[in-house]
Amino acid sequence: MSEIALLEWVRGPGFQIATIILVVGVIIRIFEILMLGRKSNLAEAKGSEFASGMRTIVTRSVPTAESFKRSSLTIVAGYVFHFGLFVTIFLYAPHILLIKGVTGLAWPALPTPVVDIVAVVSIIALLVVLVHRFNNKVLRYLTTSGDLFAWFVTIAPLVTGYIAFHRIGMSGPALLAVHILSVELLMVVLPFTKLAHAFTIFMARWYNGAISGYRGVQS
Amino acid sequence: MSASLEKGINALKEQVDSSVAAFFSSCVHCGMCADACLFQTETGNPASTPIAKTEPLRRIWKSEYTLLGRLGKIFGLSKKVDEELLAEWETMVYDNCTMCGRCSMVCPVGNDIALMIRKTREGMAVAGYAPEGLIGAMNRAIKIGSPMGVKLPALLAQIKHIEADTGKTIPVDVVGAEYMLLLSSMEIMNFPKFIEAISKIFDKAGATWTISTEAFEATNTGIQIGVNDLAAELVQRTVDAAEKLKVKTVISPECGHAYMAIRWEGPNLIGKPYSFQVRHILEVLDSMRAEGRIKTDSKESQKLTYHAPCQVARRGGVIDEPRRLLDLFADNFVEMLDAGKMNWCCGAGGGVSSNERADEVRLEVFKRKKAQLEEVKPDALVSACANCRIHLEDGLEEYGMDIPVISLTETLAEHLADD
Repeated sequence: MSEIALLEWVRGPGFQIATIILVVGVIIRIFEILMLGRKSNLAEAKGSEFASGMRTIVTRSVPTAESFKRSSLTIVAGYVFHFGLFVTIFLYAPHILLIKGVTGLAWPALPTPVVDIVAVVSIIALLVVLVHRFNNKVLRYLTTSGDLFAWFVTIAPLVTGYIAFHRIGMSGPALLAVHILSVELLMVVLPFTKLAHAFTIFMARWYNGAISGYRGVQS
Repeated sequence: MSASLEKGINALKEQVDSSVAAFFSSCVHCGMCADACLFQTETGNPASTPIAKTEPLRRIWKSEYTLLGRLGKIFGLSKKVDEELLAEWETMVYDNCTMCGRCSMVCPVGNDIALMIRKTREGMAVAGYAPEGLIGAMNRAIKIGSPMGVKLPALLAQIKHIEADTGKTIPVDVVGAEYMLLLSSMEIMNFPKFIEAISKIFDKAGATWTISTEAFEATNTGIQIGVNDLAAELVQRTVDAAEKLKVKTVISPECGHAYMAIRWEGPNLIGKPYSFQVRHILEVLDSMRAEGRIKTDSKESQKLTYHAPCQVARRGGVIDEPRRLLDLFADNFVEMLDAGKMNWCCGAGGGVSSNERADEVRLEVFKRKKAQLEEVKPDALVSACANCRIHLEDGLEEYGMDIPVISLTETLAEHLADD
């Protein structure tokens, strides 16, 4: 297969397949969770369930001062790469063009050199996260092969995107094809790995806030 | 597979609901819960990481309730829950966790890890992997009515003593009283002054109350060990007595898990709402304060701080009430760092104090409370849980700290105005 044919496949059928797996996978996972249901609470409430749940979805994004002090590296590195992923995925001009082509929606992009720096910082943050995972006793104990796989499919699009933009090594079309393939890998595995937290986090936080809020404590 | 293991696995399956599934789906193994758990921070043992303690439940969720897990099970790839795993996890789930819930407050994805551990215990206990101390307490609670083996004559003897000392009558089995007071065995045996304090305060406030001879025990070992059927049986005894005496409100005493059991888990365990209210003693006292029915005429000049029992505060919602009550008599009150809903556990709740095997670790993790106390240097430590009090005294003695531990209710009673 020539470079151009490969690029055309990953941009066309490849991308469509990945999108379908992502969407169907997410629906299956959400369905799988909600179908289990939850018994209604028969104890007399001291606070609201729904509103507390909604509040925790937002407030849990900010750690308490004490928690920040004890887990600062995890929190800072985590914030940096999540923010970096958002910027590189959604505020890079060619990506916005792609999204516009599919959905018709568009928004202003950040200047490319800015996105370039953010990508580098995010890659560094993810490397820090990995080193921390091996250096820290607790993290080493918790780490599974699934964590390493999830780390790999997250950093891969950043690295391949950076290389493709700077045209390092291979020809333009080949680099772009590799980059898109790495994104498709991420899309395909996201619903079925811990990366599913991208959407289940809202449910988990809501349940936490609702359970606690019912007893009158904002969690 | 042995019959008890199969029962344990079925119990774990029953524990998985949409909240548990959302929690396990969201965990990214970030390790932040470890930094919030005194069993991890004070021992450095990575196995004490809260989310790691839920492994038996996680395996059941994964292999039974996820698409990939079910596929894995078909091909024999899924990790099994077997006797070896449960034996290994027993000490983590029971000895190294008080279900204090600090982990649930810091988890960035929002997992209520304490709830997940509570649910894990359901499977462990049914499969026969629970500490002997707790099993013994559970059996005594079901057969005798008290985990410490305190029978009715012991309570009546204490009541007689109090009546002789104070010249007041302690109301027993009074139909139509407004409040029915529950007591923990520890209060009956070690802190009978609590009953005296209630008598004094309620008299002054003009409230009618009673103790039931059929259900006076507040503690619920079924909740601690994690056997819902037995926990429900203990709750039902209280419900029957409260209905028989036609009381408006059942008072949960100065005990942490008793409040969790009767206030929050109780109606769900027996499967129907109560026909009466349940309030923690601090809530009752605070509402009397708000109505102007409690007045003090002297103040405590020594420096006081307050240790919040986890199940009463963070897990129970009684956080501001003790502060308002302390304000009635404390002239020099200081908060510990991380006070309120993030207060550190004493290290002996959730059945840990009934489990001799955990004696060493509970004193080791007391270093956290010790550090908190060293920062504020109080003259006395106020709390509202008999179990916390016993362990706080133990810990303070272990580390050579001379700080008296006092009950909020008892201290309030000492400062009541004489009219």
